[in-house]
Amino acid sequence: MTDTLPRTAAAGDAPGTPSPADANGRTRRRRRWSLSRLDMAASPYLYIAPFFVLFAVTGLFPLVYTLVVSLHDWPLLQGQGDFVGLENFATVLGDRFFWNSIGNTLSIFLLSTIPQLAVALVLASILDQHLKARTFWRMSVLLPYVVTPVAVALIFTNVFNEQSGLVNNLIGLVGIDPIQWKNDVLASHVAIATMVNWRWTGYNTLILLAAMQAVPRDLHESAAIDGAGAARRFFSITIPSIRPTVIFVIITATIGGLQIFAEPRLFDVSNAGGIGGSQRQFQTTVLYLWEMAFFRGDFGRAAAIAWLLFLLIVAIGLVNFAISRRIASVETARISRRAQRRLAAHQGGTR
Amino acid sequence: MTAQPMMAPVRPSPESSSARKRRRGGGSGVALRPGFLSYGLLLAWILGSAYPLWWSFVVASGTNATRGETLPLIPGGNFLANAARVLDAIPFWLALGNSIIVSSVITISVVTFSTLAGYAFAKLRFRGREGLLVFVIATMAIPTQLGIIPLFIVMRELGWTGTLGAVIVPTLVTAFGVFFMRQYLVGVIPDELIEAARVDGATQLRTFFTVAVPAARPAMAILGLFTFMMAWTDYLWPLIVLSPQNPTLQTALSQLQSGYYVDYSIVLAGAVLATLPLLILFIAAGRQLISGIMQGAVKG
Repeated sequence: MTDTLPRTAAAGDAPGTPSPADANGRTRRRRRWSLSRLDMAASPYLYIAPFFVLFAVTGLFPLVYTLVVSLHDWPLLQGQGDFVGLENFATVLGDRFFWNSIGNTLSIFLLSTIPQLAVALVLASILDQHLKARTFWRMSVLLPYVVTPVAVALIFTNVFNEQSGLVNNLIGLVGIDPIQWKNDVLASHVAIATMVNWRWTGYNTLILLAAMQAVPRDLHESAAIDGAGAARRFFSITIPSIRPTVIFVIITATIGGLQIFAEPRLFDVSNAGGIGGSQRQFQTTVLYLWEMAFFRGDFGRAAAIAWLLFLLIVAIGLVNFAISRRIASVETARISRRAQRRLAAHQGGTR
Repeated sequence: MTAQPMMAPVRPSPESSSARKRRRGGGSGVALRPGFLSYGLLLAWILGSAYPLWWSFVVASGTNATRGETLPLIPGGNFLANAARVLDAIPFWLALGNSIIVSSVITISVVTFSTLAGYAFAKLRFRGREGLLVFVIATMAIPTQLGIIPLFIVMRELGWTGTLGAVIVPTLVTAFGVFFMRQYLVGVIPDELIEAARVDGATQLRTFFTVAVPAARPAMAILGLFTFMMAWTDYLWPLIVLSPQNPTLQTALSQLQSGYYVDYSIVLAGAVLATLPLLILFIAAGRQLISGIMQGAVKG
């Protein structure tokens, strides 16, 4: 983690550092210079030291040590046992509950990311207009964000209750039979994704809105003059222009989405004991990790799950990045060609 | 939350705000004026998304039967009675106090160390700066939850399980905080100002306090707000290291759900009670929160 970059500036190169000629005078002055030089050279390290020392202890060490634990037989109560090599990894990879949790996590992740992004894009483009009472609308959209995931889980467990929950009451009005939100696999995933969407859509809307506001207005206006409707401008101008932010939102959603814990843990606690459903129908991987460590007391296998989850997050992050970049570059090429043609036509017309 | 009163109104960094004004100002607003459809859609979404919260309050102020109604809109008169039963069921005030202590200590620590390190990365020259900054950025993506097993082992060895220290210590610094402060300070302090302080013979520490801290204040407020919320909402780690007798608000709240017989109006009264502190914070500092999210998006 230390430096190896050769091209960093030495303290003496810093502008404002006295050249040796200035210091040639009295010794008192020289001592002051050297003290000040020491101050200049050492201070940056003193400023960053608290962060790096604490981070090494609380962030880096646990991650590395998780690997050590994962290579050992390590029961919760007895502590470190024999070195077992990759056996824990092999056990976990052959464990159908692990794959079940991965499947659930991905399913909930997709059900939350895609609708969330779509709705947030629409809301952001509405907010991007010259609305009256701007701050009011923005705050209202963000409101659910202040409800903590635990409170969200408590609220929506009741909203999705099978006997007398809000959702089943409402769909009963239009004659749909009650849905088994907690027992049915897909329905339970939809319910949990709804909790995530409810809390985060407003937040992502504001991020996308910030990006949209950086899009030059002239682009919209000239397109409107050319007869492009709102929908057309949304797909041909807005989306391509805010692409980096969309990628940012997707990656953030991925990292967050793969770590969902409070919602499935607290959904249907009384029947499922808090491990993600009586048949583990909505057990996410972090929940499985938690169960393995603190219910079953197998730290070795839990640590292996932690590392596999970490690798999965990295992998999905990279795939996301690659896909969004490819889509992006194809689109940009198309858009810029079209824009050039339009620009040429305009210039031809005015001259 | 001692930092709240002196929180300065957040201004976006100089270059972005003037640039935005230039871009937005010029147009005649062709077709960009919102119609009824826009307001209608927005209003529908907001009412729809606020309703679960209102519904919770309505059920929390009614009886167990209220939940069975199709679309209850009017609160009953039982909220205080139900809230009192929440206070009997869980150690609410202890949990609230614990949450305030934990979140405040974490916030002060994160903001202090992030400002120090962020300033060094933004404005001081030193060997290894670029490499270390890349390291900070790379670690931002590592989910801290993945280290819970060694952290738990260490906390148990130290005998800290069950104490607030075990909740606080693992989150004393964040890589995000350092990066956030660095990004802000790069643009906001002119190099000449630091230069001038140095020529005047100010020590580095003095320069930090007289030049960097005043300039960093808006970003410190935003970082503090987000750090506070992050610490306040954390559930997994407090659940692991704290006992039900000495909980944070989130772990105490989750206990309401875990009994065999669940009284819905009490559970929801608890959810409403626990939401109130953040709701107050939101009303007081919602603008800062919004500009924080929007600035982070542009810069991040």
